[in-house]
Amino acid sequence: MSWFKRSTKNIISSEKKDLPEGSWVKCEKCGEMLHKSQLEDNMWTCNKCDYHFRIGSKEYIEILIDRKTFKETDKSLRSNDPLKFVDTKSYKVRLAEVEKKTGLTDAIRTGTGEINGHKVVLGCMDFQFIGGSMGSVVGEKVARAVDRAVKLKLPLILISQSGGARMMEAAISLMQLAKTSARLTRLHKAGLPFISILTDPTTGGVTASFAMLGDFNIAEPGALIAFAGPRVVKQAVGKDLPEGFQKSEFLLDKGFVDMIVHRKELKGKMTQLLGLLES
Amino acid sequence: MGKQTLEFEKPIIELEQKIDEMRKLSDQLDIADEIAKLESRVNELRTNVYSNLSRWQRVQLARHPERPYSLDYIGLMTTDFMELHGDRYFGDDHAVVGGLAKLGEETVMVIGQQKGRDTKSNIYRNFGMPNPEGYRKALRLMKLAEKFGKPVVTLLDTPGAYPGIEAEERGQAEAIARNLFEMAQLRVPIVVAIIGEGASGGALGLGVGDRILMLENAWYSVIAPESCSSILWRSWDYKEQAAEALKLTAEDLLRQKIVDRIIPEPLGGAHKDPNFAAQALKKALLEEITSLSKVKPDKLVDNRIAKFGAMGSYSGK
Ligand SMILES: [Zn+2]
Repeated sequence: MSWFKRSTKNIISSEKKDLPEGSWVKCEKCGEMLHKSQLEDNMWTCNKCDYHFRIGSKEYIEILIDRKTFKETDKSLRSNDPLKFVDTKSYKVRLAEVEKKTGLTDAIRTGTGEINGHKVVLGCMDFQFIGGSMGSVVGEKVARAVDRAVKLKLPLILISQSGGARMMEAAISLMQLAKTSARLTRLHKAGLPFISILTDPTTGGVTASFAMLGDFNIAEPGALIAFAGPRVVKQAVGKDLPEGFQKSEFLLDKGFVDMIVHRKELKGKMTQLLGLLES
Repeated sequence: MGKQTLEFEKPIIELEQKIDEMRKLSDQLDIADEIAKLESRVNELRTNVYSNLSRWQRVQLARHPERPYSLDYIGLMTTDFMELHGDRYFGDDHAVVGGLAKLGEETVMVIGQQKGRDTKSNIYRNFGMPNPEGYRKALRLMKLAEKFGKPVVTLLDTPGAYPGIEAEERGQAEAIARNLFEMAQLRVPIVVAIIGEGASGGALGLGVGDRILMLENAWYSVIAPESCSSILWRSWDYKEQAAEALKLTAEDLLRQKIVDRIIPEPLGGAHKDPNFAAQALKKALLEEITSLSKVKPDKLVDNRIAKFGAMGSYSGK
């Protein structure tokens, strides 16, 4: 019930944390003024405090995948708005607006590509698209990415950033948790690796399905990774939350991620891991 | 008649009370005709009210404090129930109950989310909100069922997985995800029944199966209407609209092909005649188990993955 709440508050306030406009950017954490070109060179992390700015699938693909090797798949999938959902705005209008604004067709991009020559199937979520929420399209694209990995006998990498399941597809969204998790059993059975990369934020239904099911769960530093978001937990328990609660470092300490990797080292670590598995 | 009356039931209760009063007077007065008239009116009213429930009214019925819970159904449907405890890692979660039992001639592993009925038992049951060890206990029992070739029956009835500090520390998300992953490939039949509230991932954590049954007045969705209202309307006042928008009733979910079969409840809800509801559920469970028992495990698992794979609505190739 309530676990969804905090995460979708993120959805509403998502604009605030999206990659800022203009050529100078203030670090969210330490306040340092950073030039955009410098930030880009630094893979959108602060060179003073290592704060990881929230970036989208386009940036992650640039960071992780060898130039000109990425081939996007299932690009044309769009939600049918099966419930004709209307709140203060219709879901149909919401979808059209966010597509126009972001150029994305839903909250995940999938494809194949190479990481220093290692072929992989990659999926990367976009928080900009309705808070990275998972509905029919995210579920289907993840399922197809699994199928593709099995067919091509390749490792699967999914980069998560999500407020959870998409409310506007209600129970159908909820079923995407089961759909994606069920499909991952096929990858498992085929003996192929699934690497789950968790970025800020990964909460709700995405955490409670594929994001937590990696053979390797790898988090970016300082990312919020949760089932119920901190505001919901605070409301439920009526007391202050421990320092660093639900951050990557907390999850490492509690045993739910294998390692925390700085964005600048992500490609190197992936190359190392894929190399270890292949040899 | 129960002690607890929902708002929309008031006209019915008022008429019933009036009939009661008139009965008391009927020794002195000849009003049998009038009583009969009122009785037919109250019957008409009942049928009318309960067959035209709004989605929000159904949510209220699903939460009715007298509604039968998992252990009530287990008691009414099965014999020889032997409860099994603990996840073997951390503890025993009282919001999830499970064990072996006889359903008709069939030994099954029955697992359910369990609410309490008063303050004390609700605290004991954590208001039916499982912690990670509840999901892990359930998984342990399902693995046992697999080992001994027994079908699994799960009963869903929760306002959500518990959003507590310790629940997060112990990996609430991982526990639910693990169950989805393992239930998808369990090599024995799984029949799921949503008996009350099916709130979100907390409910789904026991909800992957070959057949999904749903009681007539249960609800199942990604979020409760109140929370949906507070997020999308930014106010708690739109719960009726949110319930409508979420299309969360048994009929809705049958239409969305998420649920396979609706289990009828007595007029006014399962609490009006728990045994009626329990026997209807038992009959359906046995039918489903019988037909699933004929399917080979490999095929069963393939079908289950495909069943959930077909859920979703998108266009494009
Ligand atoms: Zn900084």
